[in-house]
Amino acid sequence: MIATQIEPTVTLAQLQQSKPDRVTIVLLSGDLDKAMAAFIIATGAAAMGMRVTMFFTFWGLNAIRRRGATSSAKDWLRRMFGLLNRGGADTLPLSRFHFGGLGTKMMQTVMKQNRMPGVPELMQTALDLDVRFIACTTTMGLMGITKDTLIDGIDQFAGVTTYLAEAKQGTVNLFI
Amino acid sequence: MMQADVKLDTLGYFCPMPIILTSKKIKELALGQVLEVVSDDEGIKKDMPAWCETTGHQMMGLEEEQAKSGRIYKAFVKKTK
Repeated sequence: MIATQIEPTVTLAQLQQSKPDRVTIVLLSGDLDKAMAAFIIATGAAAMGMRVTMFFTFWGLNAIRRRGATSSAKDWLRRMFGLLNRGGADTLPLSRFHFGGLGTKMMQTVMKQNRMPGVPELMQTALDLDVRFIACTTTMGLMGITKDTLIDGIDQFAGVTTYLAEAKQGTVNLFI
Repeated sequence: MMQADVKLDTLGYFCPMPIILTSKKIKELALGQVLEVVSDDEGIKKDMPAWCETTGHQMMGLEEEQAKSGRIYKAFVKKTK
């Protein structure tokens, strides 16, 4: 016979208090719509009291690059790549209907008219809510993206192990 | 009609802004005080109870009103921690 019955809801609440839910989001895409989805989930989770970590890799790095950032890599090939692949949260194109910038411009106008925050605003909100930003060093090296061309507030520069160590403890892990 | 201590206007804002603004505003309240969140985003009907359930604050109720510009939702949240 069990002497003490533990109330499951109480233990769950206590567990959550001692160990908040963790969310990890990998942003691989540099598309406006996908970045928006990532930041909306990140800010929403942070507002719910979850601990959120975002990993930026490949094209996703463009979201955390300074506007118009090129590259200060030493070799010309990567410098050239940085020149062709300009960064900036407000310059991300739509994954569909970009139409050489026209479609994206239209979308941004509609968003502004509806007081919908864009990627730069959502990103700032995420930082304000203590969402941790981690930049992937491998793809940074590959694409000639240097630390000095990224925005302030990047928590760490790390690789896959750091991501997995975090994701292992996460209850929500997203790859966007 | 429910009575609130503090009112938060989020009219015109879409998800996730009403919830983010709520999570910021609730910090300014004292324990036991009630926050009224006014929104015209229908999503708040489901989102606010979900937010309360996760954060532990108490969802007191939700009122709907028909305004000129469309429907308006008033969510009442009691600060419990």
